[in-house]
Order: sequence, then structure tokens, then C-alpha cells
Amino acid sequence: MRHLISIEDLDPEQVTLILDTAEQLREIAERPIKKVPTLRGRTVCNLFLEDSTRTRISFDIAAKRLSADVITFSAKGSSVSKGESFKDTALTLDAMGVDAVVVRSESSGAPLQLSRYLDVPILNAGDGWHQHPTQALLDLFTIRRHFGRLEGLTVTIVGDVLHSRVARSEVQALTMMGANVRVCAPPTLLPPFVETWGVEVVRDLDDALPDSDVVYLLRVQRERMHRAFFPTTREYARLYGMTSERLAALPEHAVILHPGPMNRGVEITPDVADSPRALITEQVSSGIAVRMACLYLLLGSADAPVEEHVA
Amino acid sequence: MTGKVLLRAGRVLDPVAGTDTVQDVLVADGTIAEVGSSLAADRAEVVDCSGLWVTPGFVDLHAHLREPGFEDAEDVATGSAAAASGGYTAVCPMANTDPVCDSAAVAEMVWRRGQEVGLVDVFPVGAITKGLQGQELAELGELHDSAARVTMFSDDGRPVADALIMRRALQYATRFDAVICNHSEDPDLTEDAQMNEGIMSSVLGLPGWPHEAEEIMIARDLILAAGVGARLHVPHVSTRGSVELIRQAKARGIKVTAEVTPHHLSLQDTEVASYDPAFKVNPPLRTAADLEALRSALADGTIDCVATDHAPHPPEQKDQEWDYAPCGMLGLETAFAVVVSELVNTGVLDVLTAVERFTSGAARVRNVGSHGRGLTAGEAANLAIIDPDAQWTVTGTALQSRARNTPFEGRKLTSRPVHTLFGGRFTLRDGKVQW
Repeated sequence: MRHLISIEDLDPEQVTLILDTAEQLREIAERPIKKVPTLRGRTVCNLFLEDSTRTRISFDIAAKRLSADVITFSAKGSSVSKGESFKDTALTLDAMGVDAVVVRSESSGAPLQLSRYLDVPILNAGDGWHQHPTQALLDLFTIRRHFGRLEGLTVTIVGDVLHSRVARSEVQALTMMGANVRVCAPPTLLPPFVETWGVEVVRDLDDALPDSDVVYLLRVQRERMHRAFFPTTREYARLYGMTSERLAALPEHAVILHPGPMNRGVEITPDVADSPRALITEQVSSGIAVRMACLYLLLGSADAPVEEHVA
Repeated sequence: MTGKVLLRAGRVLDPVAGTDTVQDVLVADGTIAEVGSSLAADRAEVVDCSGLWVTPGFVDLHAHLREPGFEDAEDVATGSAAAASGGYTAVCPMANTDPVCDSAAVAEMVWRRGQEVGLVDVFPVGAITKGLQGQELAELGELHDSAARVTMFSDDGRPVADALIMRRALQYATRFDAVICNHSEDPDLTEDAQMNEGIMSSVLGLPGWPHEAEEIMIARDLILAAGVGARLHVPHVSTRGSVELIRQAKARGIKVTAEVTPHHLSLQDTEVASYDPAFKVNPPLRTAADLEALRSALADGTIDCVATDHAPHPPEQKDQEWDYAPCGMLGLETAFAVVVSELVNTGVLDVLTAVERFTSGAARVRNVGSHGRGLTAGEAANLAIIDPDAQWTVTGTALQSRARNTPFEGRKLTSRPVHTLFGGRFTLRDGKVQW
């Protein structure tokens, strides 16, 4: 595994390896000294060409717990904002000798293009509408920890699938690992040909609830209202919002996931967000373990198995 | 200097006469003096054309030469060289220059520059509206009566979105028997669009350009043209729905002609998976089914000709994230080879029809002077001599164009022009441009 740019680059064995590695690295967070020397002396560059606090911090912590040196290159404070080309930015990083680049961009395809200019592992932290592989992996990790498996679970994804890189990665990852995936959204927010994705398209959210094991809520941007994707957030919330009533219609064991940040009152009500059946904060801690696993597997696995690093 | 040249024993493909025979062609004083077998050399320079095709020089109805204003990408000189290298003797540059070609002054400047360079005849396309803004008609009469003798008008790059303006333009153009060519795109449906809307765009996470946006515009323009009895030319047809509309319109006697680009005849939206902006173009690359329909349409004449939509861009602009890169692909130097490799050699199109679509088919759409005519005595000596078996690998940096944004980078094509004659003078000789 040279780069992690898209879930499509992985096969089920690799996904299992990442999840198993994350499981072993997870307990580092419970130690008083949350650090292992695995990536000591290696430099990881966080190239964040699109604003993001939560993902950037998550990668930052993950790299530092593995003792890597981290440099952050964010769009606002750099030559990119002064008009330096994306290519020149990449060549500059290459010349500075970074060992891996974690890249987030507003442009779909940017990590793949970057991998043609740089000779080091590239980790996609989200590109445009295209992919957010570590998000899908941390969600799988969270679900697997909770249910003990992925195969055969029914996951209903609700929300703006059209504009969502999380949804694309999620659908591919879940179907690859044997889950039954459903998507539910206003027709205007479903990608053309979504029926070719190996998912079931559900028109009415309430029909999907009685047998869902997981409901995965996507963030819905209010701005979409202005381009006529849906009339109002009020109508969206009524038809597709996760409310306490809908929570009660789910099987008792079912859980709620959300990649964050949440629009409380739109796709999820505060009661549901704060309920013990919403695993949102677990997703965040899973995120660090999974990102540590990805960095480890892309950079550090050559010399010794992960158990030795964790000891 | 146009001396006597004897093109000996080439396979002479004359789409006007409908003949495909091995002949000698004698060229003298800029015209075809005689076509026959075993012609006497008689002080003519003899050029052995055995195994080569001899065709009329190609006519490109749609190219972007970028001069004035965007000479970092291309200019009339480099564009003419690219054309000659591709077997062309006539090129029609579009009006989206800076300043826009919406006045006789700019049209004459471009036309005159073509004359100075002397490699091809340049027939500037005039804008339909002032500044391509889609609001006020450009002075079509002034453009028509200028030295550039503009007979086709287009705001290409941009659609004429306002139906009333389009109707007026169509109606007004009938005064000059000129043809209106509308970039068929409903802008309300293509906001932020980056590639064809389809299975690929959904997987790649890029906003889609739905096929309906092209078809709606073509349908509108056909109805408007029919209503006022005007001539319409549809540029860069890209969808099977568009093909169907044009086919039905022709059957009903509407005065419509259409063109297709080599890239739409050979490439699909699956290419975009690499996110290489070399594949970014407007209208976008479409699906296998669209490709199929375009090929059949070119074969059966629903589409009249191949036009390159040669669109050079400086390398740094095409070397960016996909959504920042401009749309456009080079085409002049690879056009005929792509059609030979992908359509002729696969049996979709016969050789003579292919030649027709590059020559007389285009000449029927609009006046291009002495170009696109048959290979008979008395016609101007505008000829392309092609090696049908030449295998070559496309390398952007090795092309004549100042730009290098070819979608065929690294691909092997079959057939290549060896010589091009423009008014009896070699503009391309043994594959080298003759300045």
C-alpha cells in the first residue's frame, strides 16, 4: 500500500489489517504517556489546502503519538494563498524532504495529481466531493468495535450524498466488507446512477428504520437550499432529520453515527446527538487510532511488526 | 514561388468527384493543371507519392488561434504551422480573442496576419454579439463586408442564452446568407460543471454537465432557425440526443449542419479517472453510447464534417487541480490521424467519406474560397499528401503548436501528413513546416 487516496485502492484484507492495527494502537490513548517511538525522526506534512480543524488536529495527534515531526502547511498562511501553484507547492515539499504528505483539498483528484509530483506516501484527508478514506475507516472501526463484525449489518446513510466525499468512501468501504448499505436523501441530493453503487435507494426514511443497525447521518449544508436542492431546512429536517421519535423506531441495538461537524436541529436533533446511542465522540477517538494505523502502515511497517512498536 | 510539381502515382481521393484512383497530379502556377495517368514530368519537380493518399487540403471550421490577446497559448503563426502539419490549408478561428472579433478591425487584423504568415488561409469567425456578452448584436454586416469576408458568426466558448437575441441573430444573418453557430449549452444547467454528468462524475466527485443542457439548446436553435428560415450550424456535437435532434431536423428540411471533434469521436469520460486536465473540455467527453452515435452520425452524414475545436492553453494552466484548469484540447495536428486510426482502420468510415468530412463537407457549411473543392484541373492546388501507414507517438512538446495540451499524449496513431500544398506551394515537406 503506497498511498491511501481512495477506498477503491484497498481490498478487504488491507481494510482488515488497518482496523486490526488500529485496535492495537488504540490503547496508547489510555496511557499516561501517549507516545511510542515508531515514527521518530520522520517528518509528516499536513498539507491542508482547505480549512479543517478537526481532521487536521486528528492527524496531528496521530502523527505525534507515533513520535513523528509534524509540519502543517495550511492554505491561509502560505504561498498558495499568494498564488503559488499546487505543483510548485508539492515540489517544494519534496525538496524539503518530508516523508509523507497528508493532504486535504477542495479539489477532487488533488491527492492523485500530487502523487505524480511527489515520491513519498500520500494520505488523502478529503478531496472535494471525491473520497475521505480515513473517515470511512474510522467509522468501520467504530461499528466493528460496537457490533463485533461488519458483515451482514444494515447501514442506512441519510443526507446529502451528492456532495459528500464521506458518503462515497463509506459506501465503498461498507459494501466491500459485506454490509448492506441503503441511501436515503431528497432525489436532488442523490448522485446520478447511485443505483449502480450496490446500494438500496430508500425514498422514505421511516421505511428504513425498523431494521437498520446503523444510521449514518451526513451533514447538510444550509447553503444548498439556495440552489434549490431542497426548499427549506425546515422541510429537510421534517422528512430526513433524526429525531427522538425516529430513534425510538429503530431497533434497540441500533446506533447513530455522524462524521461531524453536526448541524443540530437539521439532520440531527440535540436529544439524539446527546443520547448514548449516538457514537459520535467514539468516532473521534477511533479517528486517532485509525490515522495512527494508516501512518504506521504507510511509513513505519517495514522494520518491525506493530506489536513491537506498541510495547 | 509556385513552380511546377508532379505528384506521381498517389492514391487520389476526390470526394467531390467521388473517385478513389491512382493518378498523377500536375500542379503549376498555384493550380491543378492536370490529373491523369503517366503524366509527363516536363520540367516539373517530381514527387513520388506511391503508397500515399492525395486529398484536397483539409478545412477546419472551428479552431482557436488565440491571437489577439492570448499569444502565450498560440498565435496565428504557430496555429498555422500546426494546421499545415496536420494537412490543413484553411482554418476558421473563433472570435473569443481579446479584443473579441466583433468588428471589422479585429477580423481584418486576424485575416491579414494569416496572409502574412502564408501557411493557410485564415477565415475569421465573427462574434454574434458584442464582446460575446449575449446582449447586443455585433455588426454582422460590417464583418461580412470587411476584407475578412466573414460568413460564419459564433460566440463560441459561450452560448447565446437569450432566445430573443438568438432569434434576431438568425434572422438578421439571412441578409448575408451567413450561418450562425451557437455553442450549445444551457448555462442554467451547467453551473460549476466539470465533466459529463454520468456514472463517472458520480464516482469521481465532480459536478456534472448533463447531456440535456446541450440538447435543450440545440432543440431551441433548430426551432428558431426553422421559424425564420435561417441557416444553423451546430458546433462540437457531443451527445446521442443531439445527434437524434439533428437527424430529425434534417429529415424535416431544416437548414442545419453540424460538426464533431476528433476527441469526441475517440475518447470517453472514463479518461477523467486520472484527473488529468488534458481531458477537460467543453462540451465534455461523454460515454461509449454517445461515441457510438457520433461515429454513426459522421458515417451517415447527419454530421457534416470534423472540426477540431483546437483549443491551446499554456502548460501552467493545464497543470493545476482539475477544477481550476481551463477547458480545451489541441487538435489540428492529430485530427486526421485520430479519425484514420479510430474510424477508418476499424471499418466505421470508408476512406473517401473520411476525406469528404475533412474537406468538401466542411466547405458546404460556409464559404472557404478555393478550399474543400475537388481535385480537377483548374482548381486551386490546396492538397494534403498523407502516409496512411505511418505510425507515430504523439508528444505534446514536439508539436508545432506553442501549447502542448493534447489528450493523445503518449498514444500511437496511424497515418500522418507528409506534404501539404497551399496554392501550389509546399507548406509541409517531408513532415517539416516550410515557413
